[in-house]
Amino acid sequence: MQTFRFELGELPPDAEALRAEVREFLRRELGDAAPVRRAHSWGGFDREFSRKMGARGWIAMTWPKRYGGHERSALERYVVLEEMLAAGAPVSAHWIADRQSGPLLLRFGTEAQRQKFLPAIARGELAFAIGMSEPDSGSDLASLRTRAERVAGGYRVNGTKVWTSNAHLADYMIATFRTHHDPAKKHEGLTQFLVDTKLQGITMSPIIDLAGAHHFNMVVFEDAFVPEDMRVGEEGAGWKQVTTELAFERSGPERYLSSFALLLELIREVGKDPGERAAGTVGRLVAQLATLRQMSLSVALMLEAGESPNLEAAVVKDVGTTFEQEIPEVVHALLGVEPTIDSGSDLQQVLGFLMQRAPSFSLRGGTREILRGIIARGLGLR
Amino acid sequence: MNELRTILSDVVTRLFTDLVTKELLEAAEKGEWPDGLWQAVEENGLTLPLVSEAKGGAGGTWGDAFVVTRAAGHHAVPLPLAETIVASWLLSESGLDVPSGPLTVAPVHREDTLRLARAGGGWRLSGTAARVPWGAAAGHVVVVAEAEGRTMVALAARGAGEITPDRNLAREPRDTLAFDAAPIVTAAPAGPRVPANAVWLYGALARSAQMAGGLDYLVRQASQYATERRQFGKPIGSFQVIQQNLAVLAGHTAAAGTAAANAFRAADRGDAAFEIAVAKVRVGEAAGIGASIAHQTHGAIGFTYEHALQFVTRRLWSWRAEFGGEGVWAVELGRSVAERGADALWPHLTAR
Repeated sequence: MQTFRFELGELPPDAEALRAEVREFLRRELGDAAPVRRAHSWGGFDREFSRKMGARGWIAMTWPKRYGGHERSALERYVVLEEMLAAGAPVSAHWIADRQSGPLLLRFGTEAQRQKFLPAIARGELAFAIGMSEPDSGSDLASLRTRAERVAGGYRVNGTKVWTSNAHLADYMIATFRTHHDPAKKHEGLTQFLVDTKLQGITMSPIIDLAGAHHFNMVVFEDAFVPEDMRVGEEGAGWKQVTTELAFERSGPERYLSSFALLLELIREVGKDPGERAAGTVGRLVAQLATLRQMSLSVALMLEAGESPNLEAAVVKDVGTTFEQEIPEVVHALLGVEPTIDSGSDLQQVLGFLMQRAPSFSLRGGTREILRGIIARGLGLR
Repeated sequence: MNELRTILSDVVTRLFTDLVTKELLEAAEKGEWPDGLWQAVEENGLTLPLVSEAKGGAGGTWGDAFVVTRAAGHHAVPLPLAETIVASWLLSESGLDVPSGPLTVAPVHREDTLRLARAGGGWRLSGTAARVPWGAAAGHVVVVAEAEGRTMVALAARGAGEITPDRNLAREPRDTLAFDAAPIVTAAPAGPRVPANAVWLYGALARSAQMAGGLDYLVRQASQYATERRQFGKPIGSFQVIQQNLAVLAGHTAAAGTAAANAFRAADRGDAAFEIAVAKVRVGEAAGIGASIAHQTHGAIGFTYEHALQFVTRRLWSWRAEFGGEGVWAVELGRSVAERGADALWPHLTAR
């Protein structure tokens, strides 16, 4: 059995000055944005906001300067991320690129790819999507079937990706395709590619979520040609790259702050002098929140120290998403007000929005069951 | 963890692994004072981490106290070790000398009040403190009492009050002490870092660490059992439902350890009321869920006195209620959050 380590650490002293700067920026940028807007959290897509973030140097914070990065610490980046999420800033237009696609290219991309994409990501000008899931490949990611066949100068791609968030808004997609098929070795033969979303042979259609919103897409590839120089990493190295990519940010603040806007509305609702039941409810949620923040920070500190806290990161995501999923239930149990869509109080609207959003928290980025399987492996059970 | 703390952790783990045997625990539950264990703990300098070296202590921090207290919980150490650590801190923070031997603290219930009144050149102690941990076994009890409108810390010797013995679910002594103008050894105004509710507060802190340690044991023990116990021709740990349950236990344990560690760190910084409330709420919740999963994993054997699992689970069930259950602390925490208001929550969290 491996030991789970959650060592506490301190943020560097200059992190607090940065925090104040970010708060001032957010106060001006978000103004009096409605709570239900803020509740969209990292779902809000706003290219202008992302460009402003880039201008401030708050994207690509830890990357080398030669790629447009700012060579700041992972902890400073953590401060910026948690402030963005706590305020409900619309970070979606740069979130994926900053969190996953950029780091993937930094690690596995060619020099030409880095030069071409990273500075633009750092400026907040390039939005990315992730093409992983397929109609028959969800948690069983290694079973994916979309084929990339070698042709002169590149690859011809055929197949279908689903649940591709913001693919209709993104400029590029990091997609994982099958370049080699051997039924006995399904983890082999996967390869990652940079795919221009405007490519000929790609058809996108919206998948409307249960709340009526469009962020998912189905992306169909029909003889789409992807040039050789858009392959990321070696042929067949996709599985290792994908799992690395998924582990980058299992433990970030986005794994426990998704319902933070509702906790704030709950505190407003119960007022300065709440009764025992309301106070106990708030107190319990705040105890979970404060603890999760320390756990998440602890993983960030380990990452900064060059460690690979994969187990700890899975724990943070499991415990964190359980918490953010629980908040709408707890608010319902305490107040019993009707959740609403386009009427009612701020609390009712935020409740209505998050109640419909909450099921996704323990699905995206690896389901709860998959994460618990990873944790169980750490316990020596598999 | 710094190097010294790693060494400390190794020392306590080795000591408790060697000495806190099933036989010792069973004897302690029958009322036998484990004197050899106490001597070993004291000789290794583990009882007074927060007392200066000049005064006979280890001159350490709450962070060191966390290592000792967590390990004591992990091994279900049947001694007032956590109590001695808190009691000696109360004394030394208030400028009083610390006697050797086991100590305890009183009163441990929020509604109990002890009072000091002047008598001649000294003080006399009055009032009743219910369910004091090791109230009869401890050589001295350290009391936080009211005296002439201020808070004082006093040291009373064993036998100063009338003792009504009782015990908690883990058969740890929980003795009611009734003082009636009882003589005391010494007293002083509470030090600047000792609030009127210090016993309640730091008692809750100590229990959080003990419970975090108890949960560490549950994860280790239940995972090991699941790999050894075979049913349907394979280890039960190979069934997904067992794996999922134990992953939940591991998550609660990680949260408990983090919350408790963070509260001890805050205690080193000074005002730890917020972090202690967070810890008692979070760890208490984990304790209940954790004990339940550990027992479910063990099946019937874990429900027997024969199996060691119950030494820890019965402690968790008692400890989570001692010095205020998570419900009590959640109300207190919720009121403080509500009073500051919604907009102050995030700045408050990030400033600590």
